[in-house]
Amino acid sequence: MSFRIIGTGMYVPSRVVTNDDLAQIVETNDEWITKRVGIKERRISETEFTSDMGYEAAKAALDSCGCGVEDIDLILSATVSGETVSPSTACMIQNKLGAVCPALEINAACSAFIFLLETAAAYFALRNYKKILVVGCERISGILDWTDRGTCVIFGDGAGAAVLERGDGYLDAVYNVKGGDDVIKIPHGIGCSPFFKREQDSPYIHMQGQETFQYAVTALCDDVNTLLERNNLTMEDIAYIIPHQANKRIVDFARKRLHMPEEKMAVNIEKYGNTSSASIPIALDELVKDGKLKRGDKIILCAFGGGLADAACLIEW
Amino acid sequence: MVQEKIIAMLAEATDTDAAEITADTKFADLGIDSLDMTEMAMDLEDEFGITLEMSPELSTVGKLTEAVEKLVEA
Repeated sequence: MSFRIIGTGMYVPSRVVTNDDLAQIVETNDEWITKRVGIKERRISETEFTSDMGYEAAKAALDSCGCGVEDIDLILSATVSGETVSPSTACMIQNKLGAVCPALEINAACSAFIFLLETAAAYFALRNYKKILVVGCERISGILDWTDRGTCVIFGDGAGAAVLERGDGYLDAVYNVKGGDDVIKIPHGIGCSPFFKREQDSPYIHMQGQETFQYAVTALCDDVNTLLERNNLTMEDIAYIIPHQANKRIVDFARKRLHMPEEKMAVNIEKYGNTSSASIPIALDELVKDGKLKRGDKIILCAFGGGLADAACLIEW
Repeated sequence: MVQEKIIAMLAEATDTDAAEITADTKFADLGIDSLDMTEMAMDLEDEFGITLEMSPELSTVGKLTEAVEKLVEA
């Protein structure tokens, strides 16, 4: 017994930042960004904090399935860019929703939404919960070095959410961690202790492009193939793969290696950039709103990112 | 055989006539970026069953061919 996804929602800030806008800030241009990462524009927050966006996406997900806040037994959220370490973003979303259920946050960077689903499945098994709300929300613009053209052009802000109901649609999952900070890291501020002797590393996203690319493609393909093999499925049985929207070239290269037709890979990175833990639920919500998923469809969600952590899950819609 | 494979990959990736690519061709001159190099390295690893460490020294078709051939023979 696990869950079915009965509602989805998303929220992105209204401010659209195009590649031409970025060319005013750092030395770059539309052609370079489009070719290198496949992004045309992204949404950047001017006033919303992470939990504001998480709240809006959560509310949209609840509305989409006619659920009241009182129906939710647990809120699980993920972010690497919350406005506070404590209260957690999950607690802030709970407060804004006016919910009284427990709420907790999980950090698995860009893979976090799948870790949320896996955690939710564990809670459904552990407790007599009927509905769990999961939210991925990010104000990545707040942890970017806006002088580094290699990273600041890639990311965007936004949030996505889903309402899970006890059921049997979560069929299988695979997830891996290869702990280390040499490929991707986002250092915290080290504080002002007069006793601490280490140097402050700049508190922004640091990423080794080639290593990230290689890891991401390998992880995505291995995780998807593991799910297919373990469940005696082939790519023909899968209606859609919804990958973490990290970089169009990662997704395209992985798709070729998986011998998967382009139309089965849900891609919206050109509009939103990489929104980390929010990217999969945003892409999922768009698929649902476009009427592309029908009951019984098998879909695979897959992600990779800082940790290094990667994960994939097989869901029957 | 390795060189032919590398040239075929480059020709496809850059829309260049394979006849124009030689051992002396520099990747930079073909407009190949670091992610293109990573893609090619991963394809070569699969093709020849090797583990290839890409480095800036492997800047021409000939140098990359030599590195791959050494790994295949090892």
